[in-house]
Amino acid sequence: MAADLTRDDVAKVAHLARLTLSEEELDLFTEQLRQILTHAEDIAALDLEGVEATAHPYGLINVVRSDDVRVSLNREEVLACAPDAREGCFAVPRIMGEAP
Amino acid sequence: MSSATRIARDVKSGATSAEAELEKSLAVVRARNEELNVFLYVDEEGARAQARGVDAKVKNGEPLGALAGVPIALKDNLCQRGVPTTCSSRILEGWRPPYSATVVERVLGAGAIVVGKTNLDEFAMGSSTETSAFGPTRNPLDPSRVPGGSSGGSAAAVAANMTTISLGSDTGGSIRQPAALCGLVGMKPTYGLVSRYGLIAFASSLDQIGPFAKNVEDAALLLEVIAGHDQMDSTSLPEPSPSLVSHVNDGVVGKRVGLVRELIEGADDEVVEAVSLAAEALREAGAEIIELSIPETRLGLSAYYLLAPAEASSNLARFDGVRYGLRVDAEDVTAMNEATRTLGFGAEVKRRIMLGTYALSAGYYDAYYGQALKVRTQMILAFRGAYQKVDLLLGATTPSVAFKFGEKSDNPMAMYLSDVFTIPTNLAGEAAISVPFGFGQTGLPIGVQLLGPGRSEASLFAAARVLEIAGER
Repeated sequence: MAADLTRDDVAKVAHLARLTLSEEELDLFTEQLRQILTHAEDIAALDLEGVEATAHPYGLINVVRSDDVRVSLNREEVLACAPDAREGCFAVPRIMGEAP
Repeated sequence: MSSATRIARDVKSGATSAEAELEKSLAVVRARNEELNVFLYVDEEGARAQARGVDAKVKNGEPLGALAGVPIALKDNLCQRGVPTTCSSRILEGWRPPYSATVVERVLGAGAIVVGKTNLDEFAMGSSTETSAFGPTRNPLDPSRVPGGSSGGSAAAVAANMTTISLGSDTGGSIRQPAALCGLVGMKPTYGLVSRYGLIAFASSLDQIGPFAKNVEDAALLLEVIAGHDQMDSTSLPEPSPSLVSHVNDGVVGKRVGLVRELIEGADDEVVEAVSLAAEALREAGAEIIELSIPETRLGLSAYYLLAPAEASSNLARFDGVRYGLRVDAEDVTAMNEATRTLGFGAEVKRRIMLGTYALSAGYYDAYYGQALKVRTQMILAFRGAYQKVDLLLGATTPSVAFKFGEKSDNPMAMYLSDVFTIPTNLAGEAAISVPFGFGQTGLPIGVQLLGPGRSEASLFAAARVLEIAGER
């Protein structure tokens, strides 16, 4: 199955992960990911029907605290870490196109 | 260099001062950091202020913490308020966190002096520090070799006597492997024992912060300071920090220790030999050695290299050029996200994000990620079965002593194999320690690994102490 991994698959995954890969990187990553997935065939091939999945070693429980007002991070300090901030908000390039 | 225990005692008695200990530490940093590339940032000013604070307390007769005046280094994926924190990645270059990790608050509260931030594999993804965007760290014991990773800088800081102790993080072996390669004691504690608040996440269900030290007692002391419940981490275990230092000399009389076939399989002969000698030393100290097999541990590597990248691909989605760190401008927000991530992340981080995204994608989720989650269950059950027969397990930490630069860096699979003995513990959420035991033919240290069930840290330190004493003879 891992041998089926194509260059197009890798290009698609790169787009999903918001990464631009060069032609050389596409070739290299296709080969390397294929190798890693081939190693993982040992578990992909196991019959684990009926075995429960473990996402977390001790099981996650919902932790809640009393709903009272506490000091949190200072807004100005947090915004000062951002590449661009205006009027108390994070600022980003435009997110929508021009009206037709 | 003095032990942490000794420095704290001498600072309290006035036999030395925090400032004097800090100056010794800074002198070594100045002499060797350029060659070894251990620290990405040295906070001389901050450290001096902390040292003056401790010395003022001594002068005024105020109570002092367990680490009073002890120089410590932090892996650079631990946030310290106002101090640059990079994860050895361009994407966070220049970022100064507006808050400190819980462990940082706790070591400062105990009087430790934070000297600076140490190099790591980018986002803790690697086993040699070679994936750092700021160049690799060199092994102080042989600068032509790697210090191990990902916490290679924290290991090298202690091995080079730049600091007395240090903190690292261990997702698949990132404390134990560099500890073994640098001749140190390093522990990966039970999942949840130490708060992860302020540790920049790699794989949240596997990450755990832990100590490096030159001796078992110092490692126990440091873990005692940082462990215990924290309401800022929803996965934090509910109980307070366990008593560890007082159990260091408990010994192993009557303990059953399982020598695990799969945890030495494929290791170099000299490593296998060291593990046999360690088993013999434990037997001489009163433990019963039982040879056993845990075949499920063989599946750990594959499961880990699906689960950890899957979690990482999700965790690292936050680095998008909006709230912190690097931004590469582009015409719209999606193009900006992509340009930022493409320039900001190195090859290994991209490889793992890709692998994780693929393992989670429609059509492959069940075959890869889903199967790996089930293997994780099997691993937990297999360890649980073993711990019905024995109290602790023994194996190698790494297949070989420290390797040379470039030896594995072009072949991801070869690099991943250096974590084969340490990964099972992370998958099971349990505890394990690496302790130096003998040297290989090249004169480099060998680490042996002791593993225990959740919350077995006190027994692990006691067994490690037995090996430490046997090694001194």
